[in-house]
Amino acid sequence: MPNLTANLAGIRSPNPFWLASAPPANSGYQIMKAFDAGWGGAVWKTLGIPIINTSSRYGAINYRSNRMVGFNNIELITDRPLADNLREIEEVKKYFPDHAVVASLMVESRQEWHQIVKDVENAGVDGVELNFGCPHGMCERGMGSAVGQEPSVLQVITQWVKEVATVPVIVKLTPNITDVTEPALAAARGGADAISLINTIQSLMGVDLDRFVPYPVVDGKSTNGGYCGPAVKPIALNMVKNCAQHSGVNIPISGIGGIENWRDAVEHMLLGASNVQVCTAVMHYGFGIVREMLTGLEGYMKDKGFAQLSDFIGKALPNVTTWENLNLKYKVIAAIDAGKCIGCQLCYTACEDGAHQAIALPKNGQESRVPAIIEENCVGCNLCSLVCPVENCITMERKDNGSGPESWKDYMASGKAPTAFNDERAGGHGHWIPEPKAGLGKG
Amino acid sequence: MAEYTAPTTEKDLENRFGQIKPYMNPTMAYYESSRCLFCYDAPCVKACPTSIDIPLFIRQIHTGNLDGAARTIYDSNYFGNICGKVCPTEVLCEGACVYNLQEVKPIEIGRLQSFATSRAIERNRKLYEPAPPNGHKVAVIGAGPASISCACELRMRGYEVDIFEARNHPSGLALYGCAPYKVTNNDVLGEINYLQEQFQFKIHYNHPIESKEQIAALERDYGAILLGVGLGHTQPLNIEGEKLDNCIGATEFIEQVKLVPLSVEVGRRVIVIGGGNTAMDAASESARLGAEAVTLAYRRSKEEMKAYAFEYDLARSAGVMGLFNAAPLAILGTEKVQGVRFIKTHSEGGKVMPLPGSEFEVACDMVILATGQSKRSDFLGLIDSLEKDARGCIKVHPGSFQTSHPKYFAAGDAVNGGAEVVNAAAEGKMAARGIDSFISNSK
Repeated sequence: MPNLTANLAGIRSPNPFWLASAPPANSGYQIMKAFDAGWGGAVWKTLGIPIINTSSRYGAINYRSNRMVGFNNIELITDRPLADNLREIEEVKKYFPDHAVVASLMVESRQEWHQIVKDVENAGVDGVELNFGCPHGMCERGMGSAVGQEPSVLQVITQWVKEVATVPVIVKLTPNITDVTEPALAAARGGADAISLINTIQSLMGVDLDRFVPYPVVDGKSTNGGYCGPAVKPIALNMVKNCAQHSGVNIPISGIGGIENWRDAVEHMLLGASNVQVCTAVMHYGFGIVREMLTGLEGYMKDKGFAQLSDFIGKALPNVTTWENLNLKYKVIAAIDAGKCIGCQLCYTACEDGAHQAIALPKNGQESRVPAIIEENCVGCNLCSLVCPVENCITMERKDNGSGPESWKDYMASGKAPTAFNDERAGGHGHWIPEPKAGLGKG
Repeated sequence: MAEYTAPTTEKDLENRFGQIKPYMNPTMAYYESSRCLFCYDAPCVKACPTSIDIPLFIRQIHTGNLDGAARTIYDSNYFGNICGKVCPTEVLCEGACVYNLQEVKPIEIGRLQSFATSRAIERNRKLYEPAPPNGHKVAVIGAGPASISCACELRMRGYEVDIFEARNHPSGLALYGCAPYKVTNNDVLGEINYLQEQFQFKIHYNHPIESKEQIAALERDYGAILLGVGLGHTQPLNIEGEKLDNCIGATEFIEQVKLVPLSVEVGRRVIVIGGGNTAMDAASESARLGAEAVTLAYRRSKEEMKAYAFEYDLARSAGVMGLFNAAPLAILGTEKVQGVRFIKTHSEGGKVMPLPGSEFEVACDMVILATGQSKRSDFLGLIDSLEKDARGCIKVHPGSFQTSHPKYFAAGDAVNGGAEVVNAAAEGKMAARGIDSFISNSK
């Protein structure tokens, strides 16, 4: 049986699945219920000076029949008194000493930071997470993403916390920034023990066409919220990877963003996350989804022969490189399995109008609706295989001659690269794109 | 001409007995699993006699964790594949699906269940390891679903299990009685084989238990005995003419259809007497085997039939005609069946009352009696102080399935009087737990 025990900068948990600091981690009641369901840890909903929330707080986008592929919120930090939260933290730790309880914090002055860190440590937390990510409401007051977007400020506040903290300090980063490694580096310089990312992305979820106001509507007005849910995973994965690959960051990462099942979690971890945090999926389906995550992760580790999480954390990182290092000699060409094709011809229209005119339709009068690949025109872009609704019907087959590898970097160094607009090496004045019929050679 | 002609080849049989719930391909399973809402406290789970965590296994299918899905199913029901195919899902899980309230097609839970489990069986995935031997032995009489389910559960607790089966095949009515268009013999035997390989219980075939000496030996050699003996032959109606050629019990008829389908001789005009699910199966099978006219005769009204409405619809779709409020008085003929004399009836406060002077005859050349199976009273008489209820079914404690004789436990049709495979599977498992606590407590 694989060992699922996770360790983020010394914070241990029975498994890598944590509740992110958010509504599902608002109270001791919820967190204990989550631990009972199988969650390994929780980051308490951000503590600070209690705020007042609006009524009407969430918005979502649905894709076709799928609800909540993207979600946003304009909820702020906790609206409950600190004393209540501290009492509940203590209670949770009493019942679940082996689970990770981390307090998310957001205050302003050095004195407040010192005080609240001491308070939550006294309550028994295993770590603190500094919320420098919230992109709505709190940032207007100089907190949340306002800090995360200003690396020097982020660094100073991290230092303040480190002056008193005895438990590991996690800095939660905002994605609402050009280069996420800047604040990540600042966190490391400030002495953070780990970073967590991503927080939500500034967004408007859509507009009510009759009332002329975006969602969610608060008495006829709205404001930008923080975007999350399955739709943000690719953005999160890229940012996690950027931090994990940056030699200057060099502290553990807690991956957040679009995690709903075991696959999403494993992806975050393959790109360098030591554990993962989940919110939207729990808000959609409840704590019970962790059962699927646990059995899925366990099955994956068994299949791959991984004994512990560290066997695969960051395992995909060596395979993420810069574009200039990709092998230009590598060539794949689409192949359609006629036996599987259902004749929707989505691949045809996608390639014809949106790519390289490398798919031909059956000739008039033919009964079959199965399109054919024009190999001469196919650049191996994948588009047809992506739009194809049938699993493994269009596959990309390797068709190069095995020469190479040769990357753009190699190409530049060899002096073969075009240097002028109409360079002969790039086709000169006449870069001819064959028409499908010509390409087929059948007129 | 009737709907079907008599089959003469294996190919004909495939056509006559095409599966009404065929296996899904991965694409179908992917689409269908994507529709599951993952309800909380899901009605489908509550409607399942074995309480399979349906939303979980569907989510596992969707995330590509097929072993996990199969494990979730088998954890609750060792007959995962068979039940997926033969369960009356329309009135169980699928009938409870919340989509019904939206008038949207419910999730095809049965087919998804069979998809996951059949994949595990095909790939011979080992999901279970029996517990180390605990030094105790249990005898199981009969190798039907209740017995096998009990055996698997006992093996998981370290018991040595010997199953004594009178015939030369396992799985009882799942093999001999389930309609061939619901499940194939290969499906049934394949799943039992898969279970036996993992759980390593022993089945002694052609080993009927029919004497006091054998019973005494079992009582001496085993810590407990499970009675999974099911029911006997079709119960006679006790009317004139039942002994005529071509008057056959439904159980016996269906068994022939299952074992030697190409040698079954159905009449041109068949009358099936009864209003339960077995009657529907027998009628449907006669029609599919080429009978020109099949009449389903029931002494009460259509609404009072015990058969599920969808089973009657299925029989109707094969060309069966209903004849209601007609009680059989005599089967006519000299050597062979030539017809049935009925009397019209009406219901009075739930009682069937004949209408004097309303006798009528219907010509036919075959009669199938689907009037219930007899109890195995001869066999049960071999066991001292075994209490039975008014119907002749074995009386058991509802939680432990222990009989009035403490060493004996019972499950399946012999207890419930004849129900679905899923009920037998659930009872067999409960009985195993009863046996475990009985033996553990008497140490």
